[in-house]
Amino acid sequence: MSLAQLTLHEASDKLRKRELTSVELTEAVYQRIADTDDKVHAYLTLAREAALEQANRADEKLKQATDPAPLLGIPIALKDNFLTKGLRTTCASKILGDFIPPYDATTVDKVRSAGAVIIGKTNLDEFAMGSSVENSAFFATCNPWNLERIPGGSSGGSAAAVAADECIAALGTDTGGSIRQPAACCGIVGLKPTYGRVSRYGIIAFASSMDQVGPMTKDVRDAALLLEAIAGQDPADSTSINSSVPRYSAALNGDIKGLRLGIPKEYFVSGMQIEVGEAVRSAIRELEKHGAVIEEISLPHTEYAVAVYYIVATAEASSNLARYDGMRFGRRANGKDLIETYMISRDEGFGAEVKRRIMLGTYALSAGYYDAYYLKAQRVRTLIRKDFDAAFGRCDVIVTPTAPTTAFRLGEKTQDPLQMYLSDIYTISINLAGLPAISLPCGFDGEGMPIGLQIIGKHFDEATILRVADTYERATEWHKKKPRIQDR
Amino acid sequence: MKLTREGIDRVAVLARLRLTPEEQASLTEDLDHILGYMEKLNQLDTADVEPFNHAVNIENTLRDDRVTNQPNADALLANAPARDANFFKVPKIIE
Repeated sequence: MSLAQLTLHEASDKLRKRELTSVELTEAVYQRIADTDDKVHAYLTLAREAALEQANRADEKLKQATDPAPLLGIPIALKDNFLTKGLRTTCASKILGDFIPPYDATTVDKVRSAGAVIIGKTNLDEFAMGSSVENSAFFATCNPWNLERIPGGSSGGSAAAVAADECIAALGTDTGGSIRQPAACCGIVGLKPTYGRVSRYGIIAFASSMDQVGPMTKDVRDAALLLEAIAGQDPADSTSINSSVPRYSAALNGDIKGLRLGIPKEYFVSGMQIEVGEAVRSAIRELEKHGAVIEEISLPHTEYAVAVYYIVATAEASSNLARYDGMRFGRRANGKDLIETYMISRDEGFGAEVKRRIMLGTYALSAGYYDAYYLKAQRVRTLIRKDFDAAFGRCDVIVTPTAPTTAFRLGEKTQDPLQMYLSDIYTISINLAGLPAISLPCGFDGEGMPIGLQIIGKHFDEATILRVADTYERATEWHKKKPRIQDR
Repeated sequence: MKLTREGIDRVAVLARLRLTPEEQASLTEDLDHILGYMEKLNQLDTADVEPFNHAVNIENTLRDDRVTNQPNADALLANAPARDANFFKVPKIIE
């Protein structure tokens, strides 16, 4: 077995016991990347030299530390919308040019301080706008389980890197499902924390009322360990919440007796791939065997979530992306006047989907349409939030599929933006309501593609969804299956 | 409501985006289709519903006004498309 296949907690144990050095582990990861990334295309930028320096420093610390942090010496991949001081950050867009950030995102600073080794920056849909990474301005990323399929998105590069053992663990961001849907597509674990649980400082903004950073890992324990390292209030992000960070890994005790699982009837309807429904129902039965109790619940405004999301998210994006004007960083074109300079710089710098969303958001916020679209969407968003408040009066967690289908084929949905948006149907309500949710593997379809199980929790109750996910994972072997990466 | 080419042009100027004729045509079609889907929100009577404010109850977050970073003009200007000494150099704004 290659060392690159280790989970974070396995690697951490071996590092502590001196059975392994961080340099050996880091070298093994780069060897794996050399062997497979010309097929998977998970990475936009590698940072080998700096990573080996970090690994060396970690090895020095490991020699001295009596109780080293779990991340010390662990090779980690970062989605390329995290600002990394001195390391090129593109957001998979041409408009940033060769942008070298002058500072680290708070979460990057936290994992660096914990001793993690930054392997490189992973591919994504441009500005995190997409569900397949096909909107990257550079190249598509392939699903390690089948190179003709999408890896999911927008954190598809991070998901593919974890699934292909091209890193030990990764961080992604989730605005409408961008951690959970690629995790489901690639057969890994992905956790979107409660809005405000993790700092957004230094994350390239897409939709600020929903963006959240989270772990993408090989198992549930790794997600708990990585969340512990990045969670907490940050003075640089006024929306991060002053709420104590539990030791999530200590909550994984396998005890879910009497826990109430809400099953929303609106999530098990036509349009879902049959095998996805079967796998999720079978997972629910497994959780019942461990003492959980099933409650049928209703989230009546589910069918409006996609419409609400694509108004609110694009409105926020049109505002956030106004900063890309070619004046202080990025590309600047030569126009005959200032307005034309802006317009050409943005035309040349942004890809088709980003333009589509800026246009949609600008329209929804423009005079005469603001009330009909943006304000209307924010009112319906309140109804969606209230659905969850009512449901959580009757249950402790909500269990659903992560995505209606397994990973679709590259190119299958690029011509129809609305169809692409509808692949987020089970994940976006959670962002609208600011709740935490995890996706973990719960089976494979007839063509060998992984299926994801989503567990949604109450605000700030990541500990319970991690405990339920871990209980399921202990009883199953899905997370141990590895893709055989074959030539296309 | 039908989205027109003129409507798209107006939004493109607001969004500071130059669009090619092909982009104008495809965006008119795409946005019209997507906005048509959004119409389903009108099935709901929301007259008495407050617009969403924040995911979790949050009060004003205050902190001391303290300098935590050191001035480093070179680092901040390193990505500038054009600079002049310690300033961003930009096109002429006033005629």
